[in-house]
Amino acid sequence: MKRSLMHFLSLRWLTGRRLVIGLPFAWLTFAFLVPFLIVMRISFTESDGGNPFGTLMTMADGVITLKVKISNYLFIAQDDLYVLTYLSSIKFAAITTLLCLIVGYPFAYFMARSRPALRPMLMMMVMLPFWTSFLLRIYAWKGILANNGILNHALLTLGLIETPLHMMNTQFSLMIGMVYAYLPFMILPLYANLVKMDVRFLEAAADLGATPLQTFWRITVPLSKSGIIAGAMLVFIPAVGEYVIPELLGGPETLMIGHVLWDEFFTNNDWPMASSVTVVVILLILVPMAIFNKYKAEQGSRL
Amino acid sequence: MKPMNLVQRWFGRGWLSMGYLFLYLPIIVLVVFSFNSSRQDMVWSGFTTQWYAALMNDSEIISGLGLSLRIAVMTACASVVLGTFAAFVLNRYQRFAGRTLFSGMVSAPLVMPEVIIGLSLLLMLVSVQKVFGFPERGMLTIWLGHTLLGMAYAAVVVQSRLQEMSKSLEEAAMDLGCKPHQVFFLVTLPNITQALGSAWLLTFTLSLDDVVLSAFLSGPGSSTMPIVIFSRARLGLDPRVNAVAALTILVVSIGVITSSLYMARAERLRQKQISAAFKADTE
Repeated sequence: MKRSLMHFLSLRWLTGRRLVIGLPFAWLTFAFLVPFLIVMRISFTESDGGNPFGTLMTMADGVITLKVKISNYLFIAQDDLYVLTYLSSIKFAAITTLLCLIVGYPFAYFMARSRPALRPMLMMMVMLPFWTSFLLRIYAWKGILANNGILNHALLTLGLIETPLHMMNTQFSLMIGMVYAYLPFMILPLYANLVKMDVRFLEAAADLGATPLQTFWRITVPLSKSGIIAGAMLVFIPAVGEYVIPELLGGPETLMIGHVLWDEFFTNNDWPMASSVTVVVILLILVPMAIFNKYKAEQGSRL
Repeated sequence: MKPMNLVQRWFGRGWLSMGYLFLYLPIIVLVVFSFNSSRQDMVWSGFTTQWYAALMNDSEIISGLGLSLRIAVMTACASVVLGTFAAFVLNRYQRFAGRTLFSGMVSAPLVMPEVIIGLSLLLMLVSVQKVFGFPERGMLTIWLGHTLLGMAYAAVVVQSRLQEMSKSLEEAAMDLGCKPHQVFFLVTLPNITQALGSAWLLTFTLSLDDVVLSAFLSGPGSSTMPIVIFSRARLGLDPRVNAVAALTILVVSIGVITSSLYMARAERLRQKQISAAFKADTE
């Protein structure tokens, strides 16, 4: 006992390997794992009154009582507002993913089919907007889509419309912002996949008499399945919890879970409820993440 | 491969141009309309630089920028160190207790919604504060949140470089009697400097741009620039925000261009040295 304590104090156990693993491990435990455990813990406390940091276990007259309250979760399951918000978050994330795929697939395809010398520049140009503030780029869409904004002005000048279209703070403006922000996350994995594709398959299909459209549907698309899944997950998962875009471009009809969580925490000051909402979001996200990881692992073992 | 026919080629060009227009439209709009004299409308009504002058007298934004820059530098440095450690562990130590947990924790912040990370970090900080009486919410707590996120991004960047790097150089150094830390500092580190540079810049801009984590982790009197901009943007259009945007775009373009030129030169130099070394060896 004494020897091991001396050994501990001498810090000699802190060898290179232990330090290299230990430092980031300790940091992640402190900054990531422990906070989640605390959220889990608070989500099981009473919403009204009670101290969210109080003990879950009490001992009275030699009997241990476990005070786990699942009232928050029951409330979430029964209250229409929460159920509808979760559903609409999933709906908007799904539409964003689909639109990103529709716009991004041809984009990545033609990028991959462009002259090899051109490709690094095309790639660089997709990445470049990332270096400019995301917040400011989303803010810019307000100026484009507003009633007295650029798009309406242009359409009026061209005589295509008589009165300004109402686009801001609708589902339309939200979707524009979401697709805009997440499109690169769809393009990059798809491009990486399409550029590696073995073109001999396509040549073989063409030699055997397939039309370009048939080749595309029956060879290119199935071969790029892993890229499609990777892109879809990279868009869908963060889109479910998006807060800034709905706040700046969304409106009353675009209820999303990030907003509810924020409200519960900062406006209602209901920490236990906010924690329960958080835990449910995490559970929702874990499912697509597990699918993604399983798929990636399968791909990895096949290669 | 069979070349695309004319229709396909023009369709492709059209699609790419429309896509790039979509990606760059907001950036162009911000810069152009930072010089627009109208206050309310996004209709061109004359050239002016008054919004830049107004910006210089905007103490809220100026002090927010100061705070943001300080946090961003601290975040970038810490993220690169921690991210490099994490990338090294993931890439070189295949077997140790808790590896699955470790790799999960490294990449999880990349996909977790920021609202969730912010909320859970804040709840933890409140608990810590209950026990120890500190830390107060402010610069340090914002830095903590940004570094958690930054580390994940830095780890991805550094790891992809480590994966490309051939291990034979390290093995050779080891055979020649280098101690592990010597191998790391004399062989590995010079080979991944470029990745460290990109990781630093990436985490720096990430921190400079973050709204959600900062909002959760900031205290009274510690509003970063994005928090100020976000609260103004919610209210409506503010031409001073366009001026901020134009200035950031200017600074960022200069930064990206100089750093990529510098990195390209460093890489050329390194390649030259390597080939010179091989040449000297064979002669």
